[in-house]
Amino acid sequence: MVAIINYGAGNTQSVINCLDRIQCEYILTDQPESILSADKVILPGVGHAATAMQSLKDKGLIEIIKNYEKPLLGICLGMQLLFDFSEEGDTTCLGIIPGKIMKFKPLTNEKIPHMGWNQISKRTLDPLYKDVVDNENFYFVHSYYAEISKYTETICEYIQTFTATCRYENFYGMQFHPEKSGKVGENLIQKFINL
Amino acid sequence: MLTKRIIPCLDIKNGRTVKGTNFVDLRDAGDPVDLAKKYSDSGADELVFLDIAATQENRSTLIELVKRVGAEVNIPFSVGGGISDVSTAYNLLQNGADKISINSSAVRNPDLITDLSRQFGEQCVIVAIDAKFHKGKWMVYTHGGTKLTEFTLLKWAKETQERGAGEILFTSMDNDGTKNGFACEMLRTLNHEISIPIIASGGAGNMEHFLDLFGVSDVSAGLAASIFHYQEVEIKALKTYLSQNQIKVRL
Repeated sequence: MVAIINYGAGNTQSVINCLDRIQCEYILTDQPESILSADKVILPGVGHAATAMQSLKDKGLIEIIKNYEKPLLGICLGMQLLFDFSEEGDTTCLGIIPGKIMKFKPLTNEKIPHMGWNQISKRTLDPLYKDVVDNENFYFVHSYYAEISKYTETICEYIQTFTATCRYENFYGMQFHPEKSGKVGENLIQKFINL
Repeated sequence: MLTKRIIPCLDIKNGRTVKGTNFVDLRDAGDPVDLAKKYSDSGADELVFLDIAATQENRSTLIELVKRVGAEVNIPFSVGGGISDVSTAYNLLQNGADKISINSSAVRNPDLITDLSRQFGEQCVIVAIDAKFHKGKWMVYTHGGTKLTEFTLLKWAKETQERGAGEILFTSMDNDGTKNGFACEMLRTLNHEISIPIIASGGAGNMEHFLDLFGVSDVSAGLAASIFHYQEVEIKALKTYLSQNQIKVRL
């Protein structure tokens, strides 16, 4: 059973739709005991970092997420929240993955948000990405990014090189939206579920 | 590198896809979900659904459609047509739409852009702008292009950006329906002046027009309806052609 954390994130329905398509059982919940008893957790995320952190705090979920020991996947803002800090609203985040979330600073006429399909390339042998070929396209929508660090598993280029996906122990993050990235995205979610 | 997006637009009336010219002579063109899946399978990067007969009564039909599209299509899609308040937008987003597009209602009430952006995030908010060259200036029109406003295209585009729009969908009324190509020069100026992504619409007649569009204006996305509906241009072939001509697309 997968628990999708229900805290008002904008892409919750898209994540649900994706799990329905791959016929995965899930529960949409903000209850600590349901989250802790799940085999996998997905932390969706579209919106503002400060609002999202406040919502997790109000629901008493911060320690629950930090202490979760099975695979947890943060998507988009959900990934960014796993880090220490975000420049978006100068927000203290969950502090699970060391590092900061920065705002894109355009060099010339690059558009913000970074919106659309972009390629990722691998920096790791993590089996999660075994079937992802280099330069595969995924759908991104974001104005903030995670710096490259030793936890970076795949990278993407826009304005600069940034973290497309990352992992720290049992915590996985994807900056793009696998739930909106066609078949390749669905396959990646499926692989996470199968971990 | 970020790829250029190709976006088919589906006109919707009472939950069905319709085809026609300039909102007249509409013919039923089948189930939008079937068409959406077909486009998605052939390589469309995103989909736009435009409810061309939006009324309060058929709003529930549109929500049902959004649910079905969200369930079956695994690429992003936006919904527009007659959305004039936050609660309608909320309902559509909550049921699976990724983005909302607003047009006349934004001109009438610019605070709507601010409200939607604050509430749902700028990535959800597309402001659609219809404009045409009028007395030496590019002027904004509303209500399906029937009402001239006081705004020049650039002034309004900048205001929507400042208010938190995440994208601008610009339709050149002078080009729309002509199949003679996009308004590339104006799009180049607009793209240069605006820091959010621009989706270009109006005038696509063949594959070369998309090459001109991206080559001249460098906008983020090109949108078309009839050439895809009538299979005059096949999305897969278009993307291969663009790629062969050094335009970065997702294949």
